[in-house]
Amino acid sequence: MSGQPRNAGRRNELSGAALSQLYGAGVGRAATRTRRRKALAMTSEGRRAGAGTYIVLVVTILLFLVPLYVAVSIASQDSSATQYGVQALIPGGGLWRNLVRAFGAIRFWQALGGTFFVATVVSLSTVFFSTLAGYSFSKLRFRGRGVLFLIVIGTMTIPQQLSVVPLYIMANKAGLFGSLWAVVIPGLVSAFGVFWMTQYLRDALPYELIEAARVDGCSMFRTFLSVAMPAARPAAAMLFLFTFIAQWTNYFWPMLILGPNKNSMLTVAAAALKGAYFTDYTVVMAGVCLTTAPLLLLFFFAGKQLVSGIMAGAVKG
Amino acid sequence: MTVVQSRAATDNWRTRLGRFEWKASPYLYVAPFFLLFAVVGLFPLLYTMYIATRQYNTLTGDSGVAICGATCGAGGADASIWANFQWVLHQHSFWIALRNSFSIFLLSTVPQMILALFLAWVLNANLKARTFWRMGVLLPYVVAPSAAGIIFSQIFSDKMGVINVALSAIGLQPIMWHASAFWSHVAIATIVNFRWTGYNSLILLAAMQAIPDDVMEAAVVDGAGKWRTFWSVTLPMLRPTLIFVIITSTIGGLQIFDEPQMFHNGTSGYGGPNGQYLTLSLYLWDMGFNKVTIGQPNLGRAAAVAWLLFLIIVAIAVLNFFLTQWLAAGSHAKTDRARLAEYRDRQRREYESAKRAGLDARQRAARERSRMDAAAAPQAGAQAGARAEGRAS
Repeated sequence: MSGQPRNAGRRNELSGAALSQLYGAGVGRAATRTRRRKALAMTSEGRRAGAGTYIVLVVTILLFLVPLYVAVSIASQDSSATQYGVQALIPGGGLWRNLVRAFGAIRFWQALGGTFFVATVVSLSTVFFSTLAGYSFSKLRFRGRGVLFLIVIGTMTIPQQLSVVPLYIMANKAGLFGSLWAVVIPGLVSAFGVFWMTQYLRDALPYELIEAARVDGCSMFRTFLSVAMPAARPAAAMLFLFTFIAQWTNYFWPMLILGPNKNSMLTVAAAALKGAYFTDYTVVMAGVCLTTAPLLLLFFFAGKQLVSGIMAGAVKG
Repeated sequence: MTVVQSRAATDNWRTRLGRFEWKASPYLYVAPFFLLFAVVGLFPLLYTMYIATRQYNTLTGDSGVAICGATCGAGGADASIWANFQWVLHQHSFWIALRNSFSIFLLSTVPQMILALFLAWVLNANLKARTFWRMGVLLPYVVAPSAAGIIFSQIFSDKMGVINVALSAIGLQPIMWHASAFWSHVAIATIVNFRWTGYNSLILLAAMQAIPDDVMEAAVVDGAGKWRTFWSVTLPMLRPTLIFVIITSTIGGLQIFDEPQMFHNGTSGYGGPNGQYLTLSLYLWDMGFNKVTIGQPNLGRAAAVAWLLFLIIVAIAVLNFFLTQWLAAGSHAKTDRARLAEYRDRQRREYESAKRAGLDARQRAARERSRMDAAAAPQAGAQAGARAEGRAS
């Protein structure tokens, strides 16, 4: 009892384990609990989420939704007379009519098909070649590996604009002007993809598995197909998703090279619609809604993967 | 005889094939990337350099070494490989575009980083339905920049846009979001921030969660408050990620094209009637692909703009790197490391003293126990005997 004040200061300094050994389990546990609570008020898992936290998040997400709401709201106006100002914020009854008009004007199915084709081909090719190169860079030993990998990293920083002019000339000379292939070909490989898969496979694929496959008599390529590919699947899925979205939202290069075939991809079609209907934004916004909806749908299903992909990439990158 | 021979031959051939596969595979696997990259990446890079020195009309093609013309004054008629660069650097529009690109880049990067940091800090709590909130802030990422550009061009409309109507309603002057250079930059930066703030906050959130707990605990034990912990521990620990995020948004921000092009209310905009929001990429596009009425489309000059843009991006990326290093304070990280070592040292001493104390206590307890054991020995012996019997039966 009399020792209590003297020991109190010491208790704050000692760890829980030390305290339980000195003063018994109860004191130690209590001290540990208090300390953990205090520490966790700030650390990763546990800063307690009060009402303020949730309010901030709700407000942020609502702010992010405002532009989408405005787009739908303008697209739902009965006539172009109400497309501006406050009236535009009150949904009208013309949504279906405007959607149908925009649907026809951008030839939606053609644009959707084109975008889908480009995004799928580019993503598949990027994932396959990136996994192949990533496997080689991370698990196989060969002369020049370090230098070649440095080149890959170096090429990630080259801006797209730098190669737009020659690519335009090359595509024209190859007779690909206006063709979807002109959009696909420059995207077939990506330095970022190679980097991403190399980083992932370095940790995710144990050498033992490769050796086991080799001992079992697999050829090198067979080893890649039946050992490396399955191990790479999570990262490959992420890479596919990100490449797919990047291609789907790509505008600059398709706009340049598709020329008059503006209806063969969604982003270009929406931009062309804006040019054609700039006096009637109800139709333009309907077009924006139509072209944005497919990815929102994808987000609904794959949003969770996107979140974990971004967070996994951040820790590795 | 022949069978044996042929089998030996196949075996030999097989092992040789196997060895070849073993040796060549690594190269074969990286080859597709490098071959395709050579065609769509490296060759265009060198080709841009070449085109930048040529007089290259988009419609009629190459017509010799570049000529600057009257713009460069005396000597402008001479062909020179620098002529396109000289011509571009003589253009008022180029400098306007450079200014606009920088302005939009700063207005989008700086607030975006601060907001993303804040949002990451908010998300880094023990939230219920955590995936839902994370997905929520990521939602704008799937809206194409060109689509966002169209939507925001209406929200920020000068006459009847939602924001200006709201401003007038509360008695303020409407803002000329398109006509004014500064405010158009703010509006375009908002489009960029709309799409990327949530994305970057998730990257920063992941980095925050990777900070080891004992560093945080050390700060807490040292009596740092929330703000102090954030400023002196979290921020320095986030430095590598911050550098990465800032450099990526620099590269993206200076190349911005979709948003300003779509921001124009009208047919095909290239930066507003007075170039209020003409960016370098828009200028490049206008120069090489769009100028059909005023003069002629000139890919040589567009290529020169591309190279200038690239050099600017590299310069800014390098500058950024040093700036971030200086901003996120190298000294902070050092003191933190020292403090962490001190903390670990103290823990070790604590542990030692506890161990000693515990040893003392245990010895005391053992002495006590042996004394009691000695007293209770006969009883215990009888019990043990009874137990042994019970087991036997």
